[in-house]
Amino acid sequence: MIRHLLSAGDLDAATATLVLDTAQEMASLADREVKKLPTLRGRTVVNLFYEDSTRTRISFEAAAKRLSADVINFSAKGSSVSKGESLKDTALTLQAMGADAVVIRHSASGAPHRLANWIDGTVVNAGDGTHEHPTQALLDAYTMRSRLGRLSGLNVAIVGDVLHSRVARSNVLLLHTLGAKVTLVAPPTLLPVGVDAWPAETSYHLDSVLPDADVVMMLRVQRERMDQAYFPSAREYSRRYGLDGARMRRLPEHAIVMHPGPMNRGMEITPEVADSPRSTIVEQVANGVSVRMAVLYLLLGGKV
Amino acid sequence: MVDRIAHQILEKTSGAADTILLGVPTRGVPLAHRLAARIHAFEGVAVPVGALDVTLYRDDLRLRGARALGRTELPPGGVDGRRVILIDDVLFSGRTVRAALDALGDLGRPRSVQLAVLVDRGHRELPIRADYVGKNIPTALAEKVRVSLTETDGADEVRLLGGAA
Repeated sequence: MIRHLLSAGDLDAATATLVLDTAQEMASLADREVKKLPTLRGRTVVNLFYEDSTRTRISFEAAAKRLSADVINFSAKGSSVSKGESLKDTALTLQAMGADAVVIRHSASGAPHRLANWIDGTVVNAGDGTHEHPTQALLDAYTMRSRLGRLSGLNVAIVGDVLHSRVARSNVLLLHTLGAKVTLVAPPTLLPVGVDAWPAETSYHLDSVLPDADVVMMLRVQRERMDQAYFPSAREYSRRYGLDGARMRRLPEHAIVMHPGPMNRGMEITPEVADSPRSTIVEQVANGVSVRMAVLYLLLGGKV
Repeated sequence: MVDRIAHQILEKTSGAADTILLGVPTRGVPLAHRLAARIHAFEGVAVPVGALDVTLYRDDLRLRGARALGRTELPPGGVDGRRVILIDDVLFSGRTVRAALDALGDLGRPRSVQLAVLVDRGHRELPIRADYVGKNIPTALAEKVRVSLTETDGADEVRLLGGAA
């Protein structure tokens, strides 16, 4: 196993499969009376969150606690960061307090990589800017595998704001490693420069991709990262790239609809789709805890 | 050997009523299934069989890299109020059994817990003793006992390896 989890691209097929298999065992914990394992007793996990987050932070916290690790939650608001403390100084403080692992969410792409060079402990990337979000990709792959039984050969369409999406990049890297075929669907303005070098195909037309898709993953339109107009209006965007009931019915019978959350209901996805039996959105959150338990166990459980 | 353990279990539990067999992966699981099959053949009693992975409860996790997990599968009805017999291939330090007891405690509250092993090789590091033993094999600490089963290794055999013979 690797020492840090910084990028979904660092995982080879065998390691990624080990994480998914381990997560499957961890998932059985949810049905038990005592939802706790003694595995990480005495280890300290710090959640270092420089950006707002609901599910990722809670999910990491629940995962660490179920493995009996001590959890310290740090959010930039209300800390010395607002007094101007740098990431490096904060990291050295955490190190001095004996953190065995730091789970970091930061608005700057690459922050987790810098952190990994400064501290001795394990670093887990919980989302850095528009770069990567590897545990999200792992939980998405886990959800696809448990719903559809396999990953290799699946047609996965990732639709929407690819430009600002760390989820898209991590998913493309991981799904490619595991043998799925990914198509990125977005308006030309929301595809990043150099996307042709990604191991994925691209399309501007959602309707032509739908009939062959096993999985449709809708991305949130990240208004907070948009400093200019990327599309004429919200209405036009959702007419061309939003998933509504009519489009959903054009999918094959078995296909599933995913969304990493939080959703803009009515923008990229309609409530009819989000709340339909095909949607795995709530399942993804539950799977997130199992997958993060697997990641923490594999990174911290053995000799470190 | 399995025959004899099966007979002993039937004798000691007066007919294996309300009893479940939990195999400890890897080789405890096929052994548990074999025992259940023999018990069924002798007395016509169907004893539920499950698997109990103890990896996450081990005390030696930090001595080696993180390892892959085995399956844990409880028979319907769980362990509460029943007599649980743990099945493993080799009893050595007793640490696996300790981990299994901790794992069981988190799954419920069995009426009682017993232990059946194919081979007891001695060198206990904890106050643990098996209720049913296929064979006692005195060994040197440096030796290794390797149990092979048709289900996992293609052949049934017990081999004593290494050490100064």
